[in-house]
Amino acid sequence: MLEIKNLHAEVEGKAILRGLDLTIQPGEVHAIMGPNGSGKSTLAHVISGRDGYEVTEGEVLYQGKNILEMEPEERAGEGVFLAFQYPVEIPGVTNTTFMKEALNSVRKYRGEDELDAMEFMKVIREKTKQLGVSNDMLKRAVNVGFSGGEKKRNDILQMAVLEPTLAILDETDSGLDIDALKTVADGVNLLRSPENATLVITHYQRLLDYIVPDYVHVLAQGKIVKSGDKTLAQELEKNGYAEFTDQAA
Amino acid sequence: MKQDNAMTTPFVDHYDSLKPSLPGHTLPWMAALRDRALDSFAGSGLPTQKRESWKYTNLRGLKQLELSEQALAPQPLSIDRAPSLLPEGGTHRIVFVNGGFRADLSDLAALPEGAIIGSVAELAEKEPQRIEALLAQHKDSDDQPLVALNTAFMRDGLLLQLEAGCKLGNPLEVIHVNSAEEGVFAHNARNLIALAAGSEATVLEHHIGLNGSAYFINAANDVTLAEDATLRHYRIQAEGANAVHTSTLNGHLAENSFYDAFTLSIGAALSRNETNMKLMAAGARCHLNGGYLMRDKQHCDTTTVVDHLSPQTACREVFKGVLDDRARGVFQGRIVVHPQAQQTDGHQLNKVLLLTDTAEINAKPELEIYADDVKCSHGCTAGEVDHDALFYLRSRGLPQETAKALLIQAFLAESVSEIGEETLHEVFLEKISDWLAI
Repeated sequence: MLEIKNLHAEVEGKAILRGLDLTIQPGEVHAIMGPNGSGKSTLAHVISGRDGYEVTEGEVLYQGKNILEMEPEERAGEGVFLAFQYPVEIPGVTNTTFMKEALNSVRKYRGEDELDAMEFMKVIREKTKQLGVSNDMLKRAVNVGFSGGEKKRNDILQMAVLEPTLAILDETDSGLDIDALKTVADGVNLLRSPENATLVITHYQRLLDYIVPDYVHVLAQGKIVKSGDKTLAQELEKNGYAEFTDQAA
Repeated sequence: MKQDNAMTTPFVDHYDSLKPSLPGHTLPWMAALRDRALDSFAGSGLPTQKRESWKYTNLRGLKQLELSEQALAPQPLSIDRAPSLLPEGGTHRIVFVNGGFRADLSDLAALPEGAIIGSVAELAEKEPQRIEALLAQHKDSDDQPLVALNTAFMRDGLLLQLEAGCKLGNPLEVIHVNSAEEGVFAHNARNLIALAAGSEATVLEHHIGLNGSAYFINAANDVTLAEDATLRHYRIQAEGANAVHTSTLNGHLAENSFYDAFTLSIGAALSRNETNMKLMAAGARCHLNGGYLMRDKQHCDTTTVVDHLSPQTACREVFKGVLDDRARGVFQGRIVVHPQAQQTDGHQLNKVLLLTDTAEINAKPELEIYADDVKCSHGCTAGEVDHDALFYLRSRGLPQETAKALLIQAFLAESVSEIGEETLHEVFLEKISDWLAI
């Protein structure tokens, strides 16, 4: 469902991704691991369409469509979801307003009817219950005054509401204690299905104890330099990334 | 200093022939007041950018209106409904059409004892001494040519007077509808507000231009609050796209009185909202807040001068601006803490979102502090819509325009939350949504 071919991308004229290939099938969980500066977050941002990244070569096909030509909101409509490393605080906009706008935008894109306030509240109550998230979060401004763990849980709630087919978790474990990490992982696992794929981007192996990947890839110097199963993650935890940084250099 | 000022000429030239038609012209004191004001205005002329307080706003455009004598006379306009923002019932309402009081559109049937609300023109005939006393509370000064112009030509406006202890209860909605059926026109609305000790009122003032006709509204507002009085004064300036709207408010606040203001400016080609507030005695407080949303080539000037003349006085100002296209905003905020005004608390903030590279804000905060035991702060920021927040919303499916509008709305909502009368928040939020077209 996701095919990345020979992807090259630059930030401010500096080459970050240098020929990245990756194919993900429905139902699979892939993990991308790598040292700082290897291009992990750049990959997440290029797929989700953030400004400031220039793709100089290669393509990204999602369900057969070239998503690099699409606006971020169109990609969301197509079913791509990015859980942020640092979810953004938006003062003055309540979570409920935000999520209702988001869901209806995505539904509109997908040719589905928009939900009225009542129907939306029904959906959101079901999702908060499913994820074990407190309803108090809904009335608050988006991420404002949220703890690190709450922000990530809020992202997962958005994911549950929008029902993406590809979830990208960008270092979602950073700054989380073990309990928060577990909650987030439980949420992600709950939303897994044979139709959906997950791309987990992380520096550390610990998240992968909870979201168990089918494939693990090592990203170094802007390329995937090694792929394997979950045991690769354990290997990396033991030996570090030195081998790959040396090899790539 | 005699000014050769093409914008001043029509007013000065037509004064003598218009004089017999102005309210109160048979009253010697009124005629003398007007004559003095005209002399002062003729001497100074309309303010130009040579004046420091008018550095960023230019009234030269008024010249193009080529105001004739007819343009300074009352303008008929047939409307049978005032566009009210508040539901029927539960509201006192007074309506002015092209500056003139319209009893048929107003609803002042349920005023509490001790409340006098009406037309300045009517009361100048019926109870001239009341008007004389109110006009005497704020002396015209040569520093305010627009107020002098207003005094010379004023025809009508709101009179709101509350006796001691009177609580108005329901808000008073003041609607000013302006529209020319043909040609251009100018009028000078004079609004007189005086609240006696312990009295309280909430006023929602709405200026509406019904079409794109060109006109010049020069309003002057005299506000006097006695001890423990509270005035909540909220305004929406939505004049027509070719209008020029200037408003000068001079206020005196006595001991423990409280003036809570919010002005939303969305209309007019050029507007200036000037507030001069004197905090005369301990415990006097004012909140001067507002928002200005401008697009195309609109120009909006917000000028405030707060004089702390006594110990233990406080002011708080929060203004938010959103400027699109080639719009220009001006914010001048002056806080003067006089030597005797110890324990002053002054806080001022002006935050602006510039939506294009061609939009412009000129911000000039000025703190003049002559006392040593004071808390004073000011802040001015200008920036774009937060890129990270915009991407966050778009990554969740919100189209760019919707995401942007939502962020702008949130930015402005923060200033609306400063409005002390919470039941009116919705009125302002709705106006903002309309402007954003969401």
